[in-house]
Amino acid sequence: MPYADLDLAAGRKNGTVWVTLPNRNFDPEKGHRLYNRYLDELEYGEELGFDVVAVNEHHQTAYGLMPSPIVTASALARRTKRARIAILGSALPLRSHPLMVAEEHAMIDVISGGRLITGFVRGIGAEYHTFGVNPTFSHDRFHEAHDLIVRAWTEPGPFSFQGHHYRVQYVNLWPRPYQKPHPPIWIPSQGSKETIDWASHPDRRYTYLQTFSPVKVVHRYLKQYRDTCQAYGYGCEDRQLGWAVPVYVGASDESARREAKEHFEAFRNVYVRMPIEMLLPPGYTSRESLKNVMKAKAQMFGEVTIEQAIELGLFVCGSAETVTKAFEGYWREMRFGNLLVMCQFGTLPADLTRANMERFARGVLPRLKALN
Amino acid sequence: MPFSDQQLELDGCRTHYRRGGRSSSDAAPLVFLHGASGAPVVLPFMERLAERFDVIVPDHPGYGQSEEPEWLENIHDVAYFYLDFLAALKLERAVIVGSSMGGWIALEMAVRNTARIGSLVLVSPAGVAAKGAEPADIFLLAPEDMTRKLFHEQKFADERLAMPVTPESIDLALKNRHTTARLAWEPRLHDPFLPKWLHRIDVPVAIVWGEDDQILPVGIAHELKRLMPKAQLNIFERCGHLPQVEKEAEFCDLVVRFACS
Repeated sequence: MPYADLDLAAGRKNGTVWVTLPNRNFDPEKGHRLYNRYLDELEYGEELGFDVVAVNEHHQTAYGLMPSPIVTASALARRTKRARIAILGSALPLRSHPLMVAEEHAMIDVISGGRLITGFVRGIGAEYHTFGVNPTFSHDRFHEAHDLIVRAWTEPGPFSFQGHHYRVQYVNLWPRPYQKPHPPIWIPSQGSKETIDWASHPDRRYTYLQTFSPVKVVHRYLKQYRDTCQAYGYGCEDRQLGWAVPVYVGASDESARREAKEHFEAFRNVYVRMPIEMLLPPGYTSRESLKNVMKAKAQMFGEVTIEQAIELGLFVCGSAETVTKAFEGYWREMRFGNLLVMCQFGTLPADLTRANMERFARGVLPRLKALN
Repeated sequence: MPFSDQQLELDGCRTHYRRGGRSSSDAAPLVFLHGASGAPVVLPFMERLAERFDVIVPDHPGYGQSEEPEWLENIHDVAYFYLDFLAALKLERAVIVGSSMGGWIALEMAVRNTARIGSLVLVSPAGVAAKGAEPADIFLLAPEDMTRKLFHEQKFADERLAMPVTPESIDLALKNRHTTARLAWEPRLHDPFLPKWLHRIDVPVAIVWGEDDQILPVGIAHELKRLMPKAQLNIFERCGHLPQVEKEAEFCDLVVRFACS
């Protein structure tokens, strides 16, 4: 849900649209039109036959206008009737009180009659800068908040919770979630051993969702998840694996690339871009992972063209036939049970977004559904 | 006596320190508490102070060659650790010289217990916030910009930037940065409750600051002086965040005069 009316030159000049881009660049009237456009598009997703519509959380950035996915998911809970609503996800460590997350998600689950898919994330590195939450406690807070929320959803209240970061005398959730024992939990991640070990643990078996990564990386981490399940002594189900990727379907390969080019490149080279100090504050990742990123810095932080992105599998783009073939191939290699397609990215305008959604829903979706 | 590397097991933390200079029998102990980037080498100011003092330069828990103990969660943990450190080394009337983060640790120690402390020299210390004197965002600055901001005289920055980068130096920098974040990310570089108890510090205090400090602006020096009216305030002109490096001779003279008077 980007601020698509962004003055791209201002974003480029600032070096990033995260944390420090002055908010005078946000025009509330344009914001009003964008919010309503995006919500219309998400609702249209249900009409076109998508199983799930998904929202996410990002703070103080032109990259995404959803500091609270609760607000957008709430609107969708009332305006959709069939599709599941995925919050991918709520950034637990950024919240001072995880019980609020438990309550809000339970409300949406009850209002929607059990259509919520819950996602938990730590928030990206930049958000530790904007919120001032100490990134060296990020993992600890995430795990403790998660434990509190799941216990609040599943154990009879009232009970008291005395953690290291969160302490609550009375945990006694009203409302309790609609789904039993609780909404399915998905874990979006850029890939880390710690996250995979935790999400795949037999007590959890959460759906692991690799987001916006080159296909080689997606392949590596989904395989790692399967291998970890094996090491835990159980077979990974396909439903435990997911991939979130930007997609553009055009009338032909040529027109798809032509239509998507400037919008995808704005997404990749302006909206996503940030310096390494902002992306990976101390403690957000292990120091080993941080060093690996520093080594790959030129590739990760350089400009990427649409052609390179398609080559890397960072973006799937082409005619319905090309896109279908690509996903069929990827699916045979990886057997992900969930595919999240970002049909809008960067500056992609409303008409192209809708055409993209329609071509995907009619020309690609039925054949992919037949695979599972 | 030249500086030698020593180790001490304290509070479950293997702690590395350097010790050099006059022998403890005829000179006062001086403990230098380093800042966010650690104390990886013996610097000229340490050598110069060692002509007059028994100089001890520990790596804080979580920094340099010291271990990263599980219990290390905030600046108060470090303060209690160093009170134990003074006792473990049986130091009496120690001169505590703290730079930046180290100055903050010195303040936190001294509000708790000055039994083994003779005096404090606070060198552009963190620890206290002042309106209109916002610290630089040390966690968002690129490494080169950070180094440049440390100094008024850029030749010092040039020297640092010319030093070879090795896998070991990268590991050390990441370790130090991690611990600095753990201690100082939020509240950023200060303890909002510290000003309430600064009156408990009952030993002589000298505050030293570079007028052109771009990391912790000199406005904080004036706030600290307001909070500790009996402290001696020394502002060095044409000097950045590290007076002990940029104004080595004047700095050492000041420490000697102050601590020996």
